[in-house]
Amino acid sequence: MTSSLRRDDPPTDVVAPKAAPSTRPRPRIRPVLLTHLAAALLALLGVVALTFLVGPIEQLRIAKVGYLMLAIAGLQLLVGASGQISLGHGAFMFIGAYATALTVLHAPMVPLAAIMVLTVVVGCLAGIVVGAATARLHGPYLAGATLALAVGLPALALYFSDILGGSNGLLFKMRGAPPELAGLVTDNQWKAWVIWFTVLVALVVLATLSRGRLGRRLRAIRDDEAAAAMAGIPVGRTKVTAFVISAGCGSLAGACEAYLLGTATPSSFSLALSLSLLAALVLGGLGSLWGAFWGALALVYLELAGKELADLLGLSSSVADNVPLVFFGTLLIVIVMAWPMGIHGALSRLSGVVRRR
Amino acid sequence: MSDTPILQIENLSTYYGAVQALRSVSLTVQPGEICAVLGANGSGKTTLLRTISGLQPAAPGSRILVNGEDITGAPAESMVRRGLAHVPEGGGVIVDLTVEENLRLGGLWRADRRDRAQALDEVYELFPPLVERRNQPAASLSGGERQMVAIGRALMARPAVLLLDEPSLGLAPLITQQIMRLLHDLRDRTGLTVVLVEQNAASALSITDHGFVLSQGAVVARGSSAELLADDRMRHAYLGF
Amino acid sequence: MNQFISLTFEGIANGAIYAALGLSLVIIYQATRVVNFAQPALALMAVYLAYTVTQATGSYWLGFATAMASGTLLGVVTERLLVRPVQDKSPLNAIILTLGLLMVLQGLAGMIWGNLQHSFPPPMSFRDLAAVPISPEEIFALAAVGVVATVLFLLYRFTPLGLRMRAAAFHAESARLSGVRVGLMLTLGWGIASAIGALAGMLAVPPLLSPTVLDAVFVYGIAAAVLGGLDNPFGALAGGLVLGVGLSYVSGYVGSELTTLAALAILIAVLSLRPAGLFSRATVRKV
Repeated sequence: MTSSLRRDDPPTDVVAPKAAPSTRPRPRIRPVLLTHLAAALLALLGVVALTFLVGPIEQLRIAKVGYLMLAIAGLQLLVGASGQISLGHGAFMFIGAYATALTVLHAPMVPLAAIMVLTVVVGCLAGIVVGAATARLHGPYLAGATLALAVGLPALALYFSDILGGSNGLLFKMRGAPPELAGLVTDNQWKAWVIWFTVLVALVVLATLSRGRLGRRLRAIRDDEAAAAMAGIPVGRTKVTAFVISAGCGSLAGACEAYLLGTATPSSFSLALSLSLLAALVLGGLGSLWGAFWGALALVYLELAGKELADLLGLSSSVADNVPLVFFGTLLIVIVMAWPMGIHGALSRLSGVVRRR
Repeated sequence: MSDTPILQIENLSTYYGAVQALRSVSLTVQPGEICAVLGANGSGKTTLLRTISGLQPAAPGSRILVNGEDITGAPAESMVRRGLAHVPEGGGVIVDLTVEENLRLGGLWRADRRDRAQALDEVYELFPPLVERRNQPAASLSGGERQMVAIGRALMARPAVLLLDEPSLGLAPLITQQIMRLLHDLRDRTGLTVVLVEQNAASALSITDHGFVLSQGAVVARGSSAELLADDRMRHAYLGF
Repeated sequence: MNQFISLTFEGIANGAIYAALGLSLVIIYQATRVVNFAQPALALMAVYLAYTVTQATGSYWLGFATAMASGTLLGVVTERLLVRPVQDKSPLNAIILTLGLLMVLQGLAGMIWGNLQHSFPPPMSFRDLAAVPISPEEIFALAAVGVVATVLFLLYRFTPLGLRMRAAAFHAESARLSGVRVGLMLTLGWGIASAIGALAGMLAVPPLLSPTVLDAVFVYGIAAAVLGGLDNPFGALAGGLVLGVGLSYVSGYVGSELTTLAALAILIAVLSLRPAGLFSRATVRKV
């Protein structure tokens, strides 16, 4: 009872009861899945077509947009749908990248598809460990713990430098386009296809899950955890599930990066990466998977634009290197300040609109 | 005593978003009066006090005067300087502070250190049970003691007007009675003006000079306490006894 | 055995720095229910300004004063311009806002002073005294944090200003009704907290200064604050010391690369037993 006399916690937004007339039949899983598959197929065809129109560097960027989108989409399930803040998503990309690198180096005969599946499994296992350990943590406590994860995990590469290659990381060779297609398709192009195929498959799974029971439960927990628990939703398990799926996505994204670049170095999974992913998510919009797309696009191309701008103005490299960081930080601040009902509120309203449709 | 009312409220309206909580409330309180604001749950009593003390913004066109000075729109933290002390619903005792710290907080706004010490002594005199608990955290107090701290803290400011929001909430009838008697004595001794918001109309009217009845944010009746008590229709419709 | 003793002292000294950073987070959290993720960046800016002043004047102490002053000012400006407008919204907003500020300031520091490391010597020389297992630098860190913590305790506990600040933090409405200018008190709290953050930065940075130098220290600082319970200043101090000593052993006996993970492990171990920290008053999450 003492708590009622204390300064109240900042109001966790009261979300207006959603007008959800239950007369409409629940969306059946198969049509949803089919829609998603069709959309994914279309997207893949679009990417394939696009890679024929652009040069090799641009193809790399297209691939990068793909896997960043997956990482952000995973984060979106966690932050956007379940309201848990993770500042450590880069750590799961680190896990995926190193799992890929180790498999390629020590078991070169394992096919790529198996590696991808393996990294998802490894990422999910890591997610179970971290998710279970942090399931009871809220808001700033969870943010603090995942922050420590983001800063601490890459240091493993330094500690186990015999196996993980120290600060130089691991270097390995990934096969590009199959020999039958030599001359028709470049390596970069092929890798972009593979990555987008992988990403789209994962996204279809993700989109279907968040449209289904898991998504509903997560949103219920985000909106009001206590009410969700009283409605019989297993809160702890659902939150851990979200954490695990999001970790799997992050790990797979890391695997895609390793596959694309042929390296895994600790410095590419810095705290800045984790924060950038979160920034991109907020920038793109927390509410939908489209947000992940816009966020990834922004991450790749705004960074590029910042660098080019700095070059154009003849700024020194230390300025140029930091342009994206400052830019994203500013964007975050502006978005939060200019969104008077709060991101959380905008997001609830958004999800309300989506659900009513 | 001058003719200026100590508290004068004209045409006061308040909104919570689109919901109007007070509808053109006007009322006047003379110095040294104890007046009751009565009404059912949600009739706007608490909102009235919160708007007077600046915790809730008043709609344009409203006027609140204390001793002839227009205080409409002034920030809540300036109210003690204008002679207005507000004991909010539940008392607003800060449980993380000790009893004495809570009390001292009420007098801090005044520069005179000696006067503050004297006010503290007076409050302890008024509420003897608080003396031996002075260094305990307020969280350890009983409901009645908390209400004492709340009122004591308000009195530390040496206000001209005391706004009191449901001091009887959650207290045993005997303690409520004690508090009511205390307010009455205080008024007689110091000339303090008290605006008392109460749901428990019978106990409030037993010590007040006159009262206002709020219903759905508007004043529906006003008169001396005796008149209000005597009016059966009023009692049944709004006061519930 | 000698190593154990010197590791212990090193841990205590480092712990004092984590405690200071944790304390700065707790002061702000108590007052505004915001975890200031921008704290290391505010401190970083203060330290860089100190570096510039020290370079120009040759005086460490002039730089030190600059750090304290600019740290305070940065905290005040941050609270007034950025945090206040979003404060009463969802907690997610405040976290994202301060993260945004962290990115901006860290980026700005890199732009202005470069991403490369600068040498930033401590106030005292490294010369260890053979007889004592503690370096002058460590004594300075301990003394500085000790003095600050004591002054802070006296300020909060025994002065009218401290009473006002506590009242504003614990129960804004009651404080306002007692005539306390709550907004001013919260701003003041941010200023004080950021000054302490700047102090922690000045103690943590030597010998090398770079834009990311405080990242790990911040992790320990937030770990210290979370360990102690975010709303308990004494908890932050205790948490910082425990963490400092624990990590010093890990670093000395296992490997310095693992300290952050060890911090994470300690953090998770403690939080899984007490989700709101070791010394947090049991507060029931409201339904």
